[in-house]
Amino acid sequence: MGELTLRPVPTPTGRAAGPTPLNALGDNILTTSLDKVINWGRSSAIWPALFGLACCAIEMMGTVGPRHDLSRFGSELFRASPRQADLMIVSGRVSIKMAPVLRQIYDQMPEPKWVIAMGACASSAGMFNNYAIVQSVDKIVPVDIYVPGCPPRPEALIDAVIKLQRRIRGEPLVKRSA
Amino acid sequence: MADVFIEPRIRGANEEETEWMDLNMGPQHPSTHGVLRVKLKLDGEVVRDADADIGYLHTGFEKSFEDKTYTQGITFSDRMDYLGPPINNVGFVSAVEKLMEIDVPPRAQAIRVMMMELARLGSHELWLGTAGLDLGVYSGFFYAWRDRELILDLNEAYAGVRMMTSFTRVGGVAWDLPDGWLDQLQRFIDLMPPRIDDFESMLTNNPIWLERLRGVGPLTGQQAIEAGVTGPMLRASGVDYDVRKAFPYCGYEQYDFDVPLGVNGDCFDRYKVRVQEMRESLKILQQAKDNLPDGPWLTNNRKVALPPRTELNTSMEAVIHHFRLVSEGFKGPVGDVYAFVESPRGELGFYLVSDGANKPYRMKVRPPSFCNLQPLRQLVHGVLVADVIAIMGSMDFILGDVDR
Amino acid sequence: MSESAANALVQRLQAAFPGALLESSDFRGDLSIVVESDTLVEVAAHLKANEGFKYFLYGTAVDWPARDPRFTVVWEVRSLEAKTRIRIKTTAAMPEPHVPSLTAVWPAANWHERETYDLFGITFDGHPDLRRILMPASWEGFPLRKDYVSFGEPVIFSDQKLEGLEPDAIRG
Repeated sequence: MGELTLRPVPTPTGRAAGPTPLNALGDNILTTSLDKVINWGRSSAIWPALFGLACCAIEMMGTVGPRHDLSRFGSELFRASPRQADLMIVSGRVSIKMAPVLRQIYDQMPEPKWVIAMGACASSAGMFNNYAIVQSVDKIVPVDIYVPGCPPRPEALIDAVIKLQRRIRGEPLVKRSA
Repeated sequence: MADVFIEPRIRGANEEETEWMDLNMGPQHPSTHGVLRVKLKLDGEVVRDADADIGYLHTGFEKSFEDKTYTQGITFSDRMDYLGPPINNVGFVSAVEKLMEIDVPPRAQAIRVMMMELARLGSHELWLGTAGLDLGVYSGFFYAWRDRELILDLNEAYAGVRMMTSFTRVGGVAWDLPDGWLDQLQRFIDLMPPRIDDFESMLTNNPIWLERLRGVGPLTGQQAIEAGVTGPMLRASGVDYDVRKAFPYCGYEQYDFDVPLGVNGDCFDRYKVRVQEMRESLKILQQAKDNLPDGPWLTNNRKVALPPRTELNTSMEAVIHHFRLVSEGFKGPVGDVYAFVESPRGELGFYLVSDGANKPYRMKVRPPSFCNLQPLRQLVHGVLVADVIAIMGSMDFILGDVDR
Repeated sequence: MSESAANALVQRLQAAFPGALLESSDFRGDLSIVVESDTLVEVAAHLKANEGFKYFLYGTAVDWPARDPRFTVVWEVRSLEAKTRIRIKTTAAMPEPHVPSLTAVWPAANWHERETYDLFGITFDGHPDLRRILMPASWEGFPLRKDYVSFGEPVIFSDQKLEGLEPDAIRG
């Protein structure tokens, strides 16, 4: 039997240290910054605008469907009116006749707003390198996330929304690049 | 009725017309099923005139086809009627096979039939979900997607892709069925009938559904033929024309199924016809699976179809054929043909003009949705705005097909 | 259509409209006839009224730039009772190609002829409402003609020089 070396007892911290002004109230108060709270709110309830154009719209419907449920991640409803939406998921190929309409819907959305270019056609015109399709929707609106695929799986779209949420949480409150 | 199409629309010709309100529906609208713009002229709540402005999804498919070899064009053809891509694939290669007089082996035909009927089921399910969504059936959307996900799983197991399968090749199909696919299909076939009954029980005797759809947008058989309408819209008006029965292709003559017909040609009949068609598709699927012949899934004609990879090790000719087909494709004779299949919307036709090159000279698509959308102006004359939604829903058009 | 039925139909047409039928062909079972544009509407009306071709399938055009007349305009119609089809063709020459419209005979030809006008520039005389349907109303040019350059952007590989190939310099 050797000598029993007693390890020093660590200094109690937190609640065990006894009441201090800050923790006297227990777990009822959170302190954080305004940026973080607002961004947390914005990212947790992104409501997309209904902007299904072509085949990707069917996979977008699949994302909202029962198997891959987008509303788990906060996108509870797709709003038909752009005035009530914060996210525009451009799902499908944008033809030149549709381009001004796309821009108008984007302009009608109030700030803060984000754009996900879903699918190969929205990101870069996909397989349609011709007269009728706008070669990538970022010629018309600023895009935040590009999702490759033709059409991308619902899981890919959910991944895009989660990446967007992370990005939103990192955004500074005051200055948003247009 | 013919003069409804031809009467010229002169603004202000009619005194009361100046009091009508112009209402623009779309192209971004939850109920237009894609980017369709309908310019309505309303007299209060009643529609007096409608002009469908299409072209918001025009993609230049026909021009693109002229630039691609026959095999490359198959991947393009998926994206037209994007709710039933396997059917577009079969239509496209049918035109090429008719031009080149190539026979498709029976196993390939049976695989094509199974994929097409699955696509038809998926399309009708989605139609039920979204047309119901327009009329307030919010839960129907989720029922529809629950079933459609099973169909997409089958697609993925066979072709590797959920939607854009591109599974046909000229002279057959690209791959054989994987192991276990037929069991998965059988489980699906056993699962579906109670689900369709479930879905139908929610709607068919529902007083709101009946109220919204009964008697709305009627089209008599004669009017439907004059208007060039095909598919469930035509059959709901009582005209017995289904390409699978009238001009059987891919071995449809060996399957025993009925073609449901409607009586009044209103929106409710179109709904009934489509639900019944889903049940008939299940019958065809069961028969195709039970009678699936053995054998090759791609023609032996090495001029148009790639040789199996094992042959490339042993035969010099196979290597040469492979090289030729992959780099240049194959050339067709000079001439023009029209081949057509039954898509969930109607007769999908491909008019192919060839000048002897390895690409189509002109590939015109006869889109069922384009032809079905034409009588919109005639159908919405004098109905309420809410009925316009019901009528557009019952037409089941896909803008990718309308605009190409 | 079977060969004998096709031949019989062609002979009946030739008897009814002598000199109007320029050629006929039966390629892979599809009967096509080429008709002069002057008698086109009469032949069409006869086909609908007397031969039972009531069902309009589609209408389009094919551009043969090396040939004069340049365009072949095609309509295809079907008889549901007899389960047969016939393809009616006529030609249109540059400049200002025009053919008679068949909307008076088959009203369903309306949108198909509008589309052919939109994509090829062929005017259909007698069409009630000839305007662009797929392209924007202010579009210039006819996309499906063979001399219409179709690419949206050239593909630039990473080792290529960019002079003159900047994406915005394409459309001049």
